Amino acid sequence: MTLLRVQDLTISRTGSDAHIVRSANFALDSGQTLGIAGESGCGKSTLLLALMGVVKPGLAVTGGLVHVMGQDLRLIAPEAMRRLRGQSVAMVPQSAAMALTPTMRVGAQLAEAMAVHDAIPPDTIAARTTTLFARVRLPEPDQIGARYPHELSGGQMQRVAIAMALACGPKLLLLDEPTTGLDVTTQAGILDLLDELRRETGMAMVCVSHDIGVLARLTAQVAVMYAGRIVEDRPTANLLTRPAHPYARALMASVPRIESPGLPPSIHGSPPPPGETGRGCAFAPRCSRAHAACEEEPALSPLTEGGRIACHAPDHGPLAPTEMPDPVVAQEAGAPIIAVRGLVVQYRRASLLSRLTRRSLPDPVLAGISLTLAKGEILGLVGESGSGKSTILRAIAGLWPPSAGSITLDGANLPARVTERDRTALRRVQVVFQNPDASLNPRHTVREILAQPLRLYFNASPTEVEARARRLIADVRLDPAHLGRRPAQLSGGERQRVALARAFAAEPDVILCDEVTSALDVSVQASVLALIHDLCHARGTSCLFVAHDLAVVAALCDRVAVLHRGRIVEEGPARTVCSTPEHPYTRSLIEAVRRASDVRAHSFGES
Amino acid sequence: MIGAPILRVVLSKPSGAIGVTLVVGHVMLAVLSPLVLPHDPIAQSADLILQMPSLSYPFGTDRLGRDILSRVMLGGRAAMLIATLATLVAMVWGTVVGLLLALIGGRIDTHMMRIVDALSSIPGILIVMIFVAALGVGAAALIPILGYSYGLSVVYIARAAALDFVARDFVLAAQARGEARSTILIREILPNVRDTLAVQGAMQWSWLMLGITSLSFLGLGVAPPTPDWGLMIADARGVMPTAPWAVLWPMAMLSTLIVGVNLAADAFAKALGVDQQLRTVAA
Repeated sequence: MTLLRVQDLTISRTGSDAHIVRSANFALDSGQTLGIAGESGCGKSTLLLALMGVVKPGLAVTGGLVHVMGQDLRLIAPEAMRRLRGQSVAMVPQSAAMALTPTMRVGAQLAEAMAVHDAIPPDTIAARTTTLFARVRLPEPDQIGARYPHELSGGQMQRVAIAMALACGPKLLLLDEPTTGLDVTTQAGILDLLDELRRETGMAMVCVSHDIGVLARLTAQVAVMYAGRIVEDRPTANLLTRPAHPYARALMASVPRIESPGLPPSIHGSPPPPGETGRGCAFAPRCSRAHAACEEEPALSPLTEGGRIACHAPDHGPLAPTEMPDPVVAQEAGAPIIAVRGLVVQYRRASLLSRLTRRSLPDPVLAGISLTLAKGEILGLVGESGSGKSTILRAIAGLWPPSAGSITLDGANLPARVTERDRTALRRVQVVFQNPDASLNPRHTVREILAQPLRLYFNASPTEVEARARRLIADVRLDPAHLGRRPAQLSGGERQRVALARAFAAEPDVILCDEVTSALDVSVQASVLALIHDLCHARGTSCLFVAHDLAVVAALCDRVAVLHRGRIVEEGPARTVCSTPEHPYTRSLIEAVRRASDVRAHSFGES
Repeated sequence: MIGAPILRVVLSKPSGAIGVTLVVGHVMLAVLSPLVLPHDPIAQSADLILQMPSLSYPFGTDRLGRDILSRVMLGGRAAMLIATLATLVAMVWGTVVGLLLALIGGRIDTHMMRIVDALSSIPGILIVMIFVAALGVGAAALIPILGYSYGLSVVYIARAAALDFVARDFVLAAQARGEARSTILIREILPNVRDTLAVQGAMQWSWLMLGITSLSFLGLGVAPPTPDWGLMIADARGVMPTAPWAVLWPMAMLSTLIVGVNLAADAFAKALGVDQQLRTVAA
């Protein structure tokens, strides 16, 4: 019996014919795996939830069916549905930190997950909790249940969430972006665990991710979705090396690869808003191969070498070299614009009480960092969370005064606090934050956001503000119509462009970028990276680019500094550091990136 | 400030529609009543003492033979005016202090809040009584005293609402740009807490209405012979067994106004999406 069968599944907004998912078709047997790839808003999470019989409020299943173990989810009684969830189908949520109850010990939460489904005799729950914690490779499985979620690391919380999903021995495990927000090394560990669990239990897995690397590591088959439709569906190895749909090809090409530094090409334009697709192929407006036939929507038809594709003009060649990244032209190292000497940052001074009780001082966040940023250079700063990379950036921005060390701008000393700096010094150093949702005031229009630095630094008159704002919005490749919108009306990539425009409005000498692409889709990331590159090079602006992803840094930066526990362990040209890493930590970082993304190292479909 | 779509959401729910209707009705009555008074509200008449409601005196008459309908129509005006001005005072100083403390944070914030805690522990009515005892009865004197006393709770609300935003990156971005503290408060934080504060202001107003009416009842607020609901209730409570209408009408007016404001404020809070924020603050 087929474990999971999805036939012509269509999910629409209630009371309209806006389809979020359109005629999805696939089937899965025990032990099989399927990945679903695509940009934000393509319907992949909606599709995944539907496999548990869940549709978000405002949406409804308007066609087709989902069968799990022969039962039609649309006809099933609520009580049977409850039993089905957990025992047959279980889901690992996107963010374990949000899914776990903060005031409940994790052991109790796991026990609750078992008790709810009455499948496990109550007297064996305690023993089974320990077994499950051991199975997800948590340290001290008999003790860890007594901890609260905040006492665990991000990776450990994710393991607890996986243990909860496994509690009643599901036959089908659904994963929604299982490693988003985790460090590369932690991510590799979680992926290894999921792969092992699948082999041990023989359960089937459906994994949704915008990260092709994650899918490559976990699944034997990948379906690429675009505007609510599956456009290509093939064995993973096949799809990764020879994608045929122009969208799949562009998506693959936009992933920065550590083996070939340089900016990955981005996809022009943006996907249509969910549910708003016309008659023809939804990708045609962005497709370089589109022709007259594309005004008719292509059917999802079988490929000779296995798999299915929905395209009138597939490209069966290997990913051509022209589609591979352009190497970044290395800048001639100029005079230093920013020089950091012996920077030490510590957490707040120990309290009187802890000094009296002679508790040791916490380790410094930064232990004597020295680095220089040359004029016109893009310097990457890589490290895991907690390595202190963002702290360096905040110290330079004057937002986190160091306890020792000096920072100079163009040879002149830069005061430690932002409030002590003069207007020119402030103007010359601008910060772009990680998450544009948080760094743009939700109540301001884009015009108002751009006007702020113009008024502050240049005392610009209203007409001047308008003229400059228009030029800036064009520089970040947005339409002047965006000036009147608020952040909530923009996509994630557009918001980050606005944040970049705001930074460049000050005509700075240095921009400090704090993980600016980590909240974005891969394809959007590629275009934002290209934008940063172009803006900096066109204006001769220097850039300190902080990121946790070495591949991203390698794609954009001229030089890289690797940070580990508050110290710079390796520094050099991006290419050299990636190809011939010296420090063991750099090597392990590169290894983790490879392990998370390299398909060739693994075989597929075996169980 | 509040757009038509929000109003439509508010009016679509029965509680919101009832609340808005009651408030609008009361405000219109307070504004227009001098033009349509059936009788002189102050004129006393020995012949008309404690008359039952009748055709010419639909709400009856009071202990001094005055027309209750005319008095009830005008009885909210003085209190409403004082409540409005005192609310303005309370909202302005409470918001400025609350937002500043949230933005400054650290030790100054902690210490100042303990002072606010201490001041809040002194009952507002006690402060008013001390001041009235010292300065004498006068509606104008009530405004700053009530404004101070009710503003203490606005400090908590404004500070808590702003704390949600001071840690956001857009405030950090403004600090990194080197914006002045006043600019950050007015341009970055205030627009985000505006809705919460507007709803809170409406609530404050209804509490002030109750407070002022209570003061009048105690003889510390509006001075006779001005028609006032609190005074009317105080005046008629002795004759309640024989002439219940003299107490019931001003009580009904006050309750419909307070209930109306609260229903409307609740509906606006929900429609603006700030009800959760207010609830966390209250808890």
